[in-house]
Amino acid sequence: MNDIASAAVNVAFHGLTLAMVLYLISVGLSVTMGLMGFVNLAHGAFAMAGGYVMTTLMNRWGLDFPLALFLAVAVVTAGSLVLERLLYRRLYGGDELDQVLLTMGLIFMSVGAATYIWGPLAQPMQPPELLRGQFNLLGHTLPAYRSFLIVCGAIIVTVLWLALERTRFGAQLRAAVDNLRMAETIGINTSRLFATAFAFGSGLAALGGGLGADLLAITPGYALDNLVYFLIVVAVGGLGSIRGPFLAALVVGIADTALKYYVPQFGAFFIYALTMAILLRYPHGIFGRT
Amino acid sequence: MMISPDHPSADPKPMLDSFARRHRLDPREALPWLVAIAAYFAFPDYLALQAQILATIVFALSVDLLLGYAGIVTLGHAAFFGVGAYTAGLLAANGWGEPLSGLLAGALAAGVVGFVAGAIILRTSGLTLLMQTLVVAAMLYELANKAGRITGGADGLQGMQVWPVFGTFRFDMFGKTAFLYCLAVLLICWLVVRTVVHSAFGRSLTGIRENVLRMHAIGAPVDRRKVLVYTLSAALAGVAGALIAQTTQFVGLGTLSLERSGTILIMLIIGGVGQLYGSFIGVPLYMIAQDRFASVDPVYWYFWIGLFMVVLVLFARGGVLGVVRRLRQPDGPQK
Repeated sequence: MNDIASAAVNVAFHGLTLAMVLYLISVGLSVTMGLMGFVNLAHGAFAMAGGYVMTTLMNRWGLDFPLALFLAVAVVTAGSLVLERLLYRRLYGGDELDQVLLTMGLIFMSVGAATYIWGPLAQPMQPPELLRGQFNLLGHTLPAYRSFLIVCGAIIVTVLWLALERTRFGAQLRAAVDNLRMAETIGINTSRLFATAFAFGSGLAALGGGLGADLLAITPGYALDNLVYFLIVVAVGGLGSIRGPFLAALVVGIADTALKYYVPQFGAFFIYALTMAILLRYPHGIFGRT
Repeated sequence: MMISPDHPSADPKPMLDSFARRHRLDPREALPWLVAIAAYFAFPDYLALQAQILATIVFALSVDLLLGYAGIVTLGHAAFFGVGAYTAGLLAANGWGEPLSGLLAGALAAGVVGFVAGAIILRTSGLTLLMQTLVVAAMLYELANKAGRITGGADGLQGMQVWPVFGTFRFDMFGKTAFLYCLAVLLICWLVVRTVVHSAFGRSLTGIRENVLRMHAIGAPVDRRKVLVYTLSAALAGVAGALIAQTTQFVGLGTLSLERSGTILIMLIIGGVGQLYGSFIGVPLYMIAQDRFASVDPVYWYFWIGLFMVVLVLFARGGVLGVVRRLRQPDGPQK
């Protein structure tokens, strides 16, 4: 009985960690897709870039974890802004196929560039001294770094929701997702809003990629290998929603961990089947509008 | 099946013209086949690659039918390619190496999977549909990966024994038989696709792509036609997978991967979508370039093909065929 309970706690714990990382990475994608209707398959590349910049700064330059993480987010945010103005903006409101192809091309470029610069092996990630090892909570031994991930994720989620509900930018964002034309009509600068939201989402992805570097290994194939997971979170959660993806990330994170723990012989099969079933029942996602 | 009912005021002459356009072969359509035969004699050292190219063209044709004519964007067509490959592969590895029946079995299995998947997922649209195609392929990939005792898992399926074609033409090490076999199968598949897209059914697919509401309004059975074309396209993809499996005597997990679904889309786009001949241009261009560059430096290959895609989407929409058309009629309608 005790074993079953402790296994359940373990599954819930690791599932929650995965959910936090998935949410941080995917929430920006949800906003991009909901706001601009843009199928950005290359979103994972921003998370990968965040992971690479952070691990490089830490491993080769000897920077502290917080500083390295901050710089990684800053670099990726700036880089994504350039890409948005140069490439993405040209295809807003365009053909779905063109968007798929453009971002597929970007994924391939990211694979090639990452292999060229960092080689094919995964980047090692050493958590700071303070967060290594494990600690005890109510009789369960929990790894410190992953607990830190959960706390971090919870704080960021709260801040995001508050920002969306309480700030002017959040109100503009909600207005534009609800009705783009009307938002433009009442004088919201949607072009600037798009760019800001895009850069912000990419920055969050970089944060998720950096924080989750020991969970989703930083390898050149990152954007391609994890693409299905990011897309599942967004599609199940509902486009343009901030809360939906969180719920979806929880479902995916915990279900995936549980299924891989209890029925490892099926791997990720059931998570795909679950996604398919949810999407058939709710084609616009759980929190999506019809 | 007729979507253009007899109109009393219709002038018979344009109708006759359009009938002729639909069914008569243009002499230029012989070009790909002449090139293929010339390549057979000109590059005898590269027959294995050429056979791969021919088989991949079948795959690209199946995607073109779906994407170019019915307008269904798919990121998971490797699912059916892989089902065909594993079906033919498993038959040949378990004592039935007769190639033609293997091809048919591959087509049938992929068609059945395509029918079931299509009937389930085609009721969604847009991003949801894109996700569903992706998820179907991911499910099959996981199945093949985990059913290692049957499929060989990540190591791939070993020990295929493919018998001679018609009991006489052995698959030789130079790839002569493989080349001619693939060429013949491609010819048949191309004729099938050509007939389909020029038929009333094909026209109704174009109608669905252009304006699905109006197709509903004129009473076309939209859902049934989408499932039908999905099944047909899946079966063709199965043929392509079976061809590759039989000619390379190996099936790996890569046949079901997202990468395969993505690259076939890229090859088709390079040539041009919805024009029937895009596959014949895009696939050889991509695969020859891959063979040249990837052998020099596989790391750069991905980067350059990615960059090429970005440039293509931004500046050369419609692929090679689209650019050629625009150069020939600069003021003409742009696709």
